[in-house]
Amino acid sequence: MSRIEHATRSSRIGVILIAVALVVLAFAPYWGDRQTLRLLAEVFTFVALASLWNLLAGYAGLVSVGQQAFVGLGGYLLFALAMLLDVHPIAAIFIAGPLGALVAIPVAALIFRLRGAYFAIGTWVVAEVFRLLASQISVLGGGSGISLPAAVVIAMAPSRQMREFEIYWLALALTVIVLAAIVALLRSRHGLALTALRDNEAAAQSCGIDVTRIKFLVYVLTAFGTAMIGALIFLQKLRISPDTAFSVNDWTAFVIFITVIGGIGRVEGPIIGTIIFFVMRQALADLGSMYLLIMGAVAIVVMLWAPKGLWGLIAERFGWQALPLQRRLVPATKLNETERKP
Amino acid sequence: MTEWLNVILQGVLIGGLYAMFAAGLSLIFGVMRLVNIAHGDLIVLAAYVALMVTQTLGIDPLTSLLLVTPTMAIIGYALQRGLLNRTLGDDLLPPLLVTFGLSIIIQNGLLELFTADSRKLQAGAIEIQTFQVIEGVWVGLLPLIQFLVAVAVIAALQVLFYRTALGRAFRATSDDQPVAQLMGLDTRHVFGMAMALSLAIVAIAGVFLAVRANFDPAIGSARLIFGFEAVIIGGLGSMWGTLAGGVILGVSQAIGAQIDPGWQLLAGHLAFLVILAVRPQGLFPKVSG
Repeated sequence: MSRIEHATRSSRIGVILIAVALVVLAFAPYWGDRQTLRLLAEVFTFVALASLWNLLAGYAGLVSVGQQAFVGLGGYLLFALAMLLDVHPIAAIFIAGPLGALVAIPVAALIFRLRGAYFAIGTWVVAEVFRLLASQISVLGGGSGISLPAAVVIAMAPSRQMREFEIYWLALALTVIVLAAIVALLRSRHGLALTALRDNEAAAQSCGIDVTRIKFLVYVLTAFGTAMIGALIFLQKLRISPDTAFSVNDWTAFVIFITVIGGIGRVEGPIIGTIIFFVMRQALADLGSMYLLIMGAVAIVVMLWAPKGLWGLIAERFGWQALPLQRRLVPATKLNETERKP
Repeated sequence: MTEWLNVILQGVLIGGLYAMFAAGLSLIFGVMRLVNIAHGDLIVLAAYVALMVTQTLGIDPLTSLLLVTPTMAIIGYALQRGLLNRTLGDDLLPPLLVTFGLSIIIQNGLLELFTADSRKLQAGAIEIQTFQVIEGVWVGLLPLIQFLVAVAVIAALQVLFYRTALGRAFRATSDDQPVAQLMGLDTRHVFGMAMALSLAIVAIAGVFLAVRANFDPAIGSARLIFGFEAVIIGGLGSMWGTLAGGVILGVSQAIGAQIDPGWQLLAGHLAFLVILAVRPQGLFPKVSG
């Protein structure tokens, strides 16, 4: 029997490095100060958001500029569940995911009528509708927003330090879950279909892939993850308002720049992109709005001259992959040889 | 009764402005299948160009169009030849992401140059002149001029598309780019001209926007969305449909605002979503997206 091999030498090294990094990061509360923990937790949420957007745009070809709809929805669901129904905030995060997916189903049914770039602006309209609706909900602060009541916050953990540790570990865990789910999806049968879709939609369709169904599936799954991360983000912030929850700059512009600079259509891209983004942000923080301008320019330059991003350049130059995603057929004869050897 | 007539009339007139936002968007989509995410920010850029022109030369905003329109057209041609032509091809992502980046650059560039303060263009007495159409129904002179200009712009585009050599080149490239090229058309130049024309309309829309209400660097994306909604409501590729789309959007917003001020924008978006649900090809479609 022949076998499909996913791993290569570079991915074996990659997986070991990632495992080491995860162990180091899991112990961050013991070696990092409060500011480091906050920064790292923010980095994790952006890795997760960018990875989800990458799955949507890079693989399924659904270029959305309206994912802030689900970030904000997740945030508002957290506040609604915690404040109105007395749900524990951490439980609320895990409830926000399926509810986000549920909302995504009718949304997808509607905006999938738009093609290509018009789809992109359609997603933006949906996000605007969500923002305007949120500002009509007066029990959640209406247009001016609301803070999570102290009682809810204290219910999480009595001491402030413990709370911060909890949120940090939660951010790390959720990001790992999101990344693991994406890797598992890409290694599955659907992943093969998605990779085919990424490379050539028409060819994928002619091979019998139900393109619309898989796009729908990816859109709903992405909404699931994005709503969960959205809830987490606003648990970190402890305050929500329609403008911050549905901000196109924070939850879409940054996420797109991260993915494009790191490498769109590759799982490693958003991770590399987030690191570059945060290094640039720390370096250019004093420039104010000039910093966004520079980010926009860098993204344009990358898109035009290195459309596969930084990781794309590395992967093509050296043939590396940090995660075991590649499919290589190991013929039966070769397999038998290795098995015969003691 | 007359109260509602007034509301609907105001909606129709503002619809003309939305149709102008949409016409430029629709034009370049028709010719080169490019959706310009920076369209709204270019409208705001035109408003700031007009602000500088009126302030330095001390002329009236409507006269300033004589300068602002060619300026924006040149910017459009340069932008297309220098940047956007490189992004066109089978892949959807580059044009989308490059215009998205451009949108962020324009927005923050304007913020850097002009701060976040609200500005407005002063058109003088014309702004407040009104006259009575029938008993109890009033029309402002400026909104009326704006609507008539919108109708004139759409009519001029229609003539240009179907009666001139440039229009023929636009239609040929739109129908089949390789064949148009074989017939000796320089498509890079044709695309440049289409973007120049689009931004000339953007200039007119920007000036009327700036005379009508306050503006600041952040309002571009909402204008993009209004224009986009008007295009989809009207149906892709139809210029008169675009005008109808703008009017439907304007009237929906006006009715929403009359019911509850918080519902103005929401009502417009809902009208768009309803049309998308029941008639996704728009009211007067011409080409399939």
